This record gives sequence, structure tokens and C-alpha cells, in this order.
Amino acid sequence: MTELICIGCPRGCHLKVDEENDYAVTGNNCNVGAEYGRNELINPTRTLTTTVRLTNSVHHSLPVKSAHPIPKKDLFKAMEELNGIEVPAPVKCGDVVYRNVADSGVDVIATRDLD
Amino acid sequence: MFDVIIIGGGPAGLAAARKCCEEGLEKILIIERDSQLGGILNQCIHTGFGVGIFHEELSGPEFAHKYIEMLKGTRVEVMLDTMVLEINKDKEVTIINHDGYQKLQTKAIILAMGCRERSRGAIATPGSRGAGVYTAGAAQRYINIDGYMVGKRVVILGSGDIGLIMARRMTLEGAKVLACVEINPYSGGLPRNIVQCLNDFDIPLYLSHTITKIEGENRVEKVTISKVDERFTPIPGTEIEFDCDTVLLSIGLVPENELSKVAGIQLDKRTKGPIVYENMETSIPGIFACGNVVHVHDLADNVAMEAERAAQGVSDYLKGCEREAEISLSTTSEIGYTVPQHIHLPLDKDRYDIFFRVRKVFGPAYILVKDQEGNQIARFSRQYIIPGTMEKITLPKVLLQKGKGNLTVSIEEK
Repeated sequence: MTELICIGCPRGCHLKVDEENDYAVTGNNCNVGAEYGRNELINPTRTLTTTVRLTNSVHHSLPVKSAHPIPKKDLFKAMEELNGIEVPAPVKCGDVVYRNVADSGVDVIATRDLD
Repeated sequence: MFDVIIIGGGPAGLAAARKCCEEGLEKILIIERDSQLGGILNQCIHTGFGVGIFHEELSGPEFAHKYIEMLKGTRVEVMLDTMVLEINKDKEVTIINHDGYQKLQTKAIILAMGCRERSRGAIATPGSRGAGVYTAGAAQRYINIDGYMVGKRVVILGSGDIGLIMARRMTLEGAKVLACVEINPYSGGLPRNIVQCLNDFDIPLYLSHTITKIEGENRVEKVTISKVDERFTPIPGTEIEFDCDTVLLSIGLVPENELSKVAGIQLDKRTKGPIVYENMETSIPGIFACGNVVHVHDLADNVAMEAERAAQGVSDYLKGCEREAEISLSTTSEIGYTVPQHIHLPLDKDRYDIFFRVRKVFGPAYILVKDQEGNQIARFSRQYIIPGTMEKITLPKVLLQKGKGNLTVSIEEK
């Protein structure tokens, strides 16, 4: 049995995950908790948020995120890749700025309009 | 003549404007001192926003973007790069911008100025005054907006959410965060942020510790922390030293009420924000307030919901709703404050939401609401109540009608 705090939403439910019973989750108040509890022990993932260099603009940095959570172990590899790129303005919120980050199959998208 | 002027274009101001528009107000103006809308959301590039309002997890800029898109093509006017110098009880708003100095007349005002960070001076950190000491929010702006890295080896004082978020952010950007140091025996941040910002990166959290020395003439070189006793006095012999070049302060936020004070709006010494009624009206009729200018929230979603109540309040005010008397809410010592502090009579809503923060960590407990004669009118059960999470109870009108006079909120351990 492993105790976790759910990070699915700000409520922060106290979860118990039973590894010996197919990773059954208790203490959750919604499905997000059930899924998080299970994934956290099998393949923990996180949404990566960071900035990338913006060119052709008065602004310097463009905020971005992984469109879906990526494996936690790949966060630093993803940061290294994103620290090497430049994106020219204008950019629209939701535009893909980098594909298949850290070979995760997940794209990185802009989270803001910037001219 | 404006129907409403909203001071501040962050989450509170944006959500208030949207709701004022939905309520059919004609002349709505947002005044923002920055060159863009969104306020602090623009530098909060992490996710965790929007679950309450939009039912999806968004970053701060995305949350702002949703509102900015909703306001496009509406009647809401926006004045950017504009500073409000003064407001008064006659609802005159004095502003200055590139066009000069102007007085604007409005029927109602919504205060949505947010808050400021407590700085090093507020806690009198001992030591030298080398460069490298930042408030967590200032560091967040340098990194996320301006694109500058602020340090390589970091100690964070305070475990508020911004400090926790910055611990992760600095780590991802290649810095080594050596410690997060909290003077209280509990963290002031959300539990999820302890998990995903500290535990994920093996950053140690030192509870009941504080910084007792900062060394370094030109730049921070070394920080000493010590364990503290129950009265927050450092205990000799417990010192731990860290070689570091940066200290981030995440030691609390204070509502920004310079304008409110000059206008003569009554402030609550506990929250440092205006005393408000259930409709977010301040002590001056027609001036409303919402968001972190009233009390510091954990979540922008809660700010937006409060802003909608303020906008609804303005809409009712402009229709001429009469208010006669009030019920006042007080607390026992384990609770820091309540918002609202007063409820208007007659009771014209079906439900009344009361928000508060506790001063210490509680396990299983009841939240009790008693009337002036000591009769319990409501009881709410909780598995735990912690200072880091704002608590909310909802009182149905029928229960409020049962109570006699003013109400007191208290906590009773199970």
C-alpha cells in the first residue's frame, strides 16, 4: 500500500494505492485521482511548462507546455531540447512550437498569443 | 459616465468585466497599469489554473487568454498603461497615462488591484545586503517574462505556493535548489505543490526553520538556517550552512489597498483588505472589491468566482437594491478571518458562501456556526483543515433565518 497526495487538482486528495490489488485507489473523490494513483506507481507523468526564446518581437520569452503529460524521467531531456530552440513571433495560443519532445510522442504548444 | 470602472486587469478584473457584460451593463471600463491584460497570470506559466471555472487544467497565460478572448468584441473598454491615482466615495476615478491626467465619473467601482509580496524588510532577515535576494514573484517575472536566470544555487525562505513553484522552475532551468525553509511547523502552500515541486526533485523542506544569517558582500555567498522553537526563536546549535548565490523569499502576500485607504474604505486588520458584504460591497456603497485585494486566494479560479459575485453585486446596486441592516460574522482564535465579514439584510439569496483560513493544522474536525445566543445553526464535517488551503462553507438562507443576531464561526476537533 502506498500513500500519495493527488496532484490532479488543487483539492489534493490523500490517496492510498494497493499494489497487490491491481493498483486499486482509495481516498480519491474523482476519476482523476484513480488514474493518477495508478499511473504514479506504474509510469509517473507530468505536464512540462517552461518558456522558449521568442524572436522578432519586443517580448523575450514565449510560455509553452507539453500538450499532454510526459514521463517524469524525461523532464530534463525535454528542457534541454526546448532550451535550444527559437520561435519567431507572431505566435497564437495553441500553436505547436516543437514536435515529439524527448521522443515522448507529445508536442509542445504555445500558451499565449504574442506578437 | 461609466456604469462601472474596474481597477486592475488581472484574473479578478477580467472575470468581473465578463460578468458585468453578461449582466447587461452598458459602459464598462477596465483600467490596467501594465501594457497588457492578465496581471500576474502572465508570469504564472505553470498549469493548475482553470479547473474550477473552465473544467480543464490551464497555464496562467491560457487562463488569461480565455477571458481576453471572451471580452473581444464586447462593450468592455480597456485602458492600458494607465495608473489610477485616486478614487473617492463620489465614485470619481483620477487617472494618469500618455494622454495626461483625467477624472472619470462612474456609478460603481470594482477594486481588483491584487496584492504585493512581503519583502525582506517585512521580516528583518539578518545578514549582509549582497545582491541575489529576490522575492519569489520578482524572480518568476525575471525568468518567465524577461528571460533572465536569477541564480545557480538557491535557498528558498517560506513555503508559499509561489516559492514552491519557483523551486521547480529554477530546478528545471538548471539551478540547484538546496532547501526550502519554513518557519511554521507546516507549509503554507497547497499539498499538491509540495508533491510536484519539492518531492519530485528531492528538494528538502525544513519545517520550523528560518534563515538566521545571509553572508556575502557583493553577492550572496552563504546562508545559515536554524531550527526555531514554538515562539519562532532560533535554537542555538541547530545551524545548517548552505553555500549559495541566491535567496528567494516566499513569505506571504499583502492585499494592495493604497487606493482604498485614501478613499476611506474600511479595511480589516486581519486580511489587510476591505471589509466586505456577501455581494463584495465595501463599506462605501457602490464600491465593490474582489480577488487578492480582499484576501489572498490559493487559486485564480476562486478569484474569478469572487469577481463574479462582485459583478452581480454591482448589477444589483445599479438596479437600486435596498439594504437595511446586517449580520456580522466573527471567529474564534483558531480562525484567521472570514470573507465576507458582514451579510446584508434582508436575506435575498438562497445560499451564502463563507471563506476563511485556519491558523493551525487540524485533523478531523467540525466547523461550527453559532448565533449570538450560542445556538448552533450549522455544522460542517472535515477530514482535515490546513492553513495552506482556503476553507469554504455554504450557509443556506433557511439556516441563517433561524439564527439570532450576529454569527460566530469556530472549529471543534472531533
